[in-house]
Amino acid sequence: MSNAYQLIEHNYDVVVVGAGGAGLRATFGMAQKGLKTACLTKVFPTRSHTVAAQGGMSAALGNMGQDLWQWHMYDTVKGSDWLGDQDAIEYMCREAMPAVIELEHYGVPFSRTEEGKIYQRPFGGMTTNYGEGTAQRTCAAADRTGHAILHTLYQQALRHDAEFFIEYFALDLIMDDSGACRGVVAWDLAEGTLHLFRAHQTVLATGGYGRSYFSATSAHTCTGDGNGMVLRAGLPLQDMEFTQFHPTGIYGSGCLMTEGCRGEGGYLTNSNGDRFMERYAPNAKDLASRDVVSRSMTIEIREGRGVGEHKDHIYLHLEHLGADVINERLPGIAETARIFAGVDVTKEPAPVLPTVHYNMGGIPTNYHGEVVVLKDGNPDTVIPGLMAIGEAACVSVHGANRLGSNSLLDIVVFGRAAAIRCAELVRPNSAHPATPQPAVDKILARFDGLRNAKGENPTAGLRMRMQRTMQNHAAVFRTGESMAEGIKLLEEVHAGFDHIGVTDRSLVWNSDLVETLELDNLLGCAMVSIKSAINRPESRGAHAREDYPDRDDEGWMKHTLAWLGPKSEVTIDYRPVHTYTLTNEVDYIPPKKRTY
Amino acid sequence: MDEHLGKLRWRCRRGMKELDLLTLSYLDRHYPTASAAEQQAFADLLEVQDPLLMSYMVGRETPTDAAMARVVNVMRTLLNESTE
Repeated sequence: MSNAYQLIEHNYDVVVVGAGGAGLRATFGMAQKGLKTACLTKVFPTRSHTVAAQGGMSAALGNMGQDLWQWHMYDTVKGSDWLGDQDAIEYMCREAMPAVIELEHYGVPFSRTEEGKIYQRPFGGMTTNYGEGTAQRTCAAADRTGHAILHTLYQQALRHDAEFFIEYFALDLIMDDSGACRGVVAWDLAEGTLHLFRAHQTVLATGGYGRSYFSATSAHTCTGDGNGMVLRAGLPLQDMEFTQFHPTGIYGSGCLMTEGCRGEGGYLTNSNGDRFMERYAPNAKDLASRDVVSRSMTIEIREGRGVGEHKDHIYLHLEHLGADVINERLPGIAETARIFAGVDVTKEPAPVLPTVHYNMGGIPTNYHGEVVVLKDGNPDTVIPGLMAIGEAACVSVHGANRLGSNSLLDIVVFGRAAAIRCAELVRPNSAHPATPQPAVDKILARFDGLRNAKGENPTAGLRMRMQRTMQNHAAVFRTGESMAEGIKLLEEVHAGFDHIGVTDRSLVWNSDLVETLELDNLLGCAMVSIKSAINRPESRGAHAREDYPDRDDEGWMKHTLAWLGPKSEVTIDYRPVHTYTLTNEVDYIPPKKRTY
Repeated sequence: MDEHLGKLRWRCRRGMKELDLLTLSYLDRHYPTASAAEQQAFADLLEVQDPLLMSYMVGRETPTDAAMARVVNVMRTLLNESTE
């Protein structure tokens, strides 16, 4: 039974869970500031999903023409469909410039212009002068921006003596009676041992939960582990109804054709050969925001203008750019399309379809990275000892819809912010309070229960049912009716989890058990996501309700908070959107109709 | 489950979905019947960084090791058969 497990104990000032861009930037920054820092990660750091980020990182450097962080802020607020918190957005857009320059100094090999400046490309939703022109704001290291950032930050973290626990799977947060986080319990997948990490601050940097859908661009590792831990700790997740579909997932495999394709001049057509985005977004056309492009594509397909045998997808054209431009500016793309779509993009279009790509919702935080909840009427009550950054978090800088190249920016800026905050809050090597034993016992009992689960439902079968349900009932367009049906199906999956069967009892490299623990996390994310979605009777950003097609600022310009109970019941409350800026150098941007 | 296989299965967890699909497909369909040399080559390939592995998959680069190159050639044909 659970008391048979030997726990190996560790004391750190800070423990970071996750080693993608956000986790590594935080780990490095904390170690640099003299904090004893551990980073736990279930896969090797350079295999985090950040490695797949090819497009780049936005910052108003103005290397390719005039640019201002105020314009970047305006684009981000508009992109968020006014659900983003404007203090946090101001912070991100201002800090973008020093954050990019810092990365350059640490060794990220950004592509350059002929004059030797960082090359910047256009990206969807990024404009100059408050929507008038097209901004060139996105910095890239060829098509390996994500990998270059991971590699550089990992080396920097090691140089500053951060300690890595690689192939450790975090099980749960240790919460004490006062509601503070005291650390985390993790499982060493290679040795089969369990570890208790005490920490003054535990930083969740565990990424998104794309795998709760059937067709997603996310790697298999994106299973919402931090979100799941937060829900089990009795804390809410925020704005989970907002899921971004990337317009150009390859039809069939879901693999991604980067937005850089359209940034460099690629465009979409329907079965008539029309460049239909000209109708939906007369100014920005194919470079409109992702939610707008995804909805336009979906409408074209529904109205019978899809391409292919089943008229169920859209074409992405690059062939007019010529092989030289494609190979120079989009080096991986031609080969990716050849292998994963079977087409030569220098000669013919690639078949694409909107595919789940990013979760705007997550663990609610302030712009320092501290986790906040609504408690006793205060919507900004900080949970002591707990922080969240990156896709796992909801700061909220992306609001109802994220702009391309704002996610690499988010992870670097808020990873850095979390390190700055920890240095203010934590005295290096200070003593730890006693660990609450009942909390630890509960974590071990859950782990032991799943390890020995003998029910009739295999993990893979339940996961498929969850993924199909989310894909069919919480897609680009939603209706109350379809979501109600989806909730019923998802509750059946949840009930099925009580009768799950794990075949392997081993503690060493037991992928069956890992996938079961991951499914528990995914299911929690899926449940609060669809129940938050049915609760919001308006259309805003990525949340498009056919039965409520308009945005309702009076009733719904507010963040959803969703708590998950043991029987999959969801309790909902709200936090106000921050309708103020951080400084008086920029005015609050009032809501208006969002057109591109 | 065999510990070695369990370790390989976990190391098929990549940062890119494309590589998840191709490595897992190989492990499930080809690894059990592959020669010892090719099994070793596959294990070695899993230690390669994602961008280089991706480069092998799309044919931009080719591993110098002959067994590894053979495994890569098999893996490159797997996508059309694979599903989530």
